[in-house]
Amino acid sequence: MQKLGLDPTVVRRARELAARAGQPVVDLARSHTTVSVERAVLRLAGVRGADSDGIPWVNRLVDAVVADVGLSHGVAVPVFDALRREGLDDVTVLAQKAAAGAVRFGVPEKKGELTAARRAAGRAATAGLKVVDRRRVERERLIKRYGDAPRRPWIYLIVATGDIFEDIPQAQAAARAGADVIAVIRSTGQSLLDYVPEGATREGFAGTYATQENFRLMRAALDETSRELGRYVRLTNYASGLCMPEMAVLAGLERLDMMLNDSMYGILFRDINPIRTFVDQRFSRQVHARAGIIINTGEDNYLTTADAVEAAHTVTVSQLLNEFFAHEAGLADWQLGLGHAFEINPELPESFRLELAHALLARELFPDAPLKWMPPTKHMTGDVFRGNLLDGFFNLVGALTGQGILLVGMMTEAVVTPWLSDRDIALQNVRYVLNGAGNLHEDFVPAPGGFIQSRAHEVLGEAVELLERIVDDTLLEAIADGTFGIMKRPADRGKGLDGVAKHAEDYFNPVTEVLA
Amino acid sequence: MTIVRPYGDTTGDGMVQVSFTLPLVHDKRAEGAAVQLANKMGLDPAMLVHAKPMGEGFTFFVVYGRVNHLVDTEKVQVVERDFPLLSAKEINAVIKRRLRRRLSVVGACIGTDAHTVGIDAILNVKGIAGEKGLEYYRELSVTNMGAQVSVPDLVETARAQKADAVLVSQVVTQRDAHLHNTRAMSAAFREAMPAGKRPLLIVGGPRFDELMAAELGVDRIFGRGTTPREVASYLVHALIGAPK
Repeated sequence: MQKLGLDPTVVRRARELAARAGQPVVDLARSHTTVSVERAVLRLAGVRGADSDGIPWVNRLVDAVVADVGLSHGVAVPVFDALRREGLDDVTVLAQKAAAGAVRFGVPEKKGELTAARRAAGRAATAGLKVVDRRRVERERLIKRYGDAPRRPWIYLIVATGDIFEDIPQAQAAARAGADVIAVIRSTGQSLLDYVPEGATREGFAGTYATQENFRLMRAALDETSRELGRYVRLTNYASGLCMPEMAVLAGLERLDMMLNDSMYGILFRDINPIRTFVDQRFSRQVHARAGIIINTGEDNYLTTADAVEAAHTVTVSQLLNEFFAHEAGLADWQLGLGHAFEINPELPESFRLELAHALLARELFPDAPLKWMPPTKHMTGDVFRGNLLDGFFNLVGALTGQGILLVGMMTEAVVTPWLSDRDIALQNVRYVLNGAGNLHEDFVPAPGGFIQSRAHEVLGEAVELLERIVDDTLLEAIADGTFGIMKRPADRGKGLDGVAKHAEDYFNPVTEVLA
Repeated sequence: MTIVRPYGDTTGDGMVQVSFTLPLVHDKRAEGAAVQLANKMGLDPAMLVHAKPMGEGFTFFVVYGRVNHLVDTEKVQVVERDFPLLSAKEINAVIKRRLRRRLSVVGACIGTDAHTVGIDAILNVKGIAGEKGLEYYRELSVTNMGAQVSVPDLVETARAQKADAVLVSQVVTQRDAHLHNTRAMSAAFREAMPAGKRPLLIVGGPRFDELMAAELGVDRIFGRGTTPREVASYLVHALIGAPK
């Protein structure tokens, strides 16, 4: 279904450039670790729970190891060496003792002890990964048993009350009303917490804290609803922010189905250190690959800050980079929910044709990826009637260009968190468009050399030019110079840098050993 | 004329349209309940034009009707913002044209307060409520020092960054910590820098009384629901003056 007549040599060139721009960052990610990567390893290795102040034992344990031997060897060997010396078999108990200052950590010098620690760490981490594997099989079994979403695009709806016990009935109601995917928005500011809160939570700011227990509760509730509806309802959360690797692990352990996971979002929009982000991201994507989780990237965000026409090519560049990083980490095409959005100013002449051109370009560049199509937000003014019309046109572009995941737009965007009636009206809008025009893509072929084709070629050309500049400049320099959005993010600044370390010669990570 | 009524298609017809949801299963009684609510809202006669069941045990209604209330425009009271709300474009343009350099803003949570929600909502590009934070403004140079910043560090950074304005967020109010911290901060700036060289001091948080600025020694207090654009507009207003 080649509708744009893209030149395959230009497309190939764009991918080559993305790989060249991305490779130095991959090398960096492979030679560094972070506190969150190490905590994720310990979570897989079986450390559970939190102290009486709510600080997770994984944080206490990593802090204790870092205080004694630093981060650069990885924590697995010091932890499992200490476990043997202390004669313990539960790593959580070790964490509790360590927090009380009763354990010293070191890297054993005797070869036998080193090998023993590595082996023990390997066994524990593998046991964690086996749970992730079982969850993946379980998902496949449930999809077979209950049936999958009845059509593409999958209908993606958000809940965000702040209280998991309010979220659950809302999510179940949304699924009954037609949602194929439920996303639970996180509390404002969680991305900047350097720990994952514990337990079921009932108060958040404009969203609900992502915790392992909240994941478990929501997944169990949606399993119940899936059974009732005869179709498997997917659950989404966020592997982003300072705890990205741990979120990926928790999602794998609790059978979440999709995770938001962008290569640059945290850097640009949350001022998280670039190296921290790239290291965390590679690990989290390796875990997602293993867990069979679909990632959703965040290119839509660029268009909320920059102009959606002028910056259209930055979306394409970011999609190509996200694709390269994802493939490198082991994700398959079906797991790449590459993002893009309907954010062109509706007052602009031909705005709808431009949207169509951009959406089709993404579709044709990534034919096997389930693209994530994001609704208008920037030009939603509070005029709910106009907003509903815009959402209808957004849905139409989604249907015409074969988008895989459609985040349902709300006419009350920027007014209130969606009411029950807003969601119902929004779903009615989606259903009307998909019923009435869901197969229109069969008839829709843009005129050769016409407006839509030309615009798509133009954007791809600009993307190639930008990639050339990034390759010359290096990606980290480009980010530091403010190439994406307008944010300047130097590699030696930003949050979370103090939790990054370069691998020592003897760095050992039992999880990446298996996943690499 | 100071007395007005809503306008449908004829002067004085008083016609309005409302929509709402009742937690009732859709039936005759639910429709009657919707009309009753509309009547109590002052719609008489009320025409129920649409009723649709939604989810389990809810019904959505659209009602048109003549509202019997009158509005006296003479009696309207509004609290006027004492500075104009500008768009991001206007803010950047004013700074560029009138200041001819980037306006420097330093932000922090001071004391033991670890809640960066407020300062991040105002400063991070991510922003809040669909509005981008101050980092998004091309002509603002933003330094976000994060949480648990000591007052001396804040003063030092403000000096180093040649801050035009210092933004401090305080969420925790235990034992009036937000008031003590703010007073300590403003006193430190008064001590460290002569008047006229001092940056504009702004505090924000959900529990501040916006009228206490003078008492706390700051130039401005922003309360709950403040957006980045309001802060940016205020900065331009206070530091540069009206756009010309």
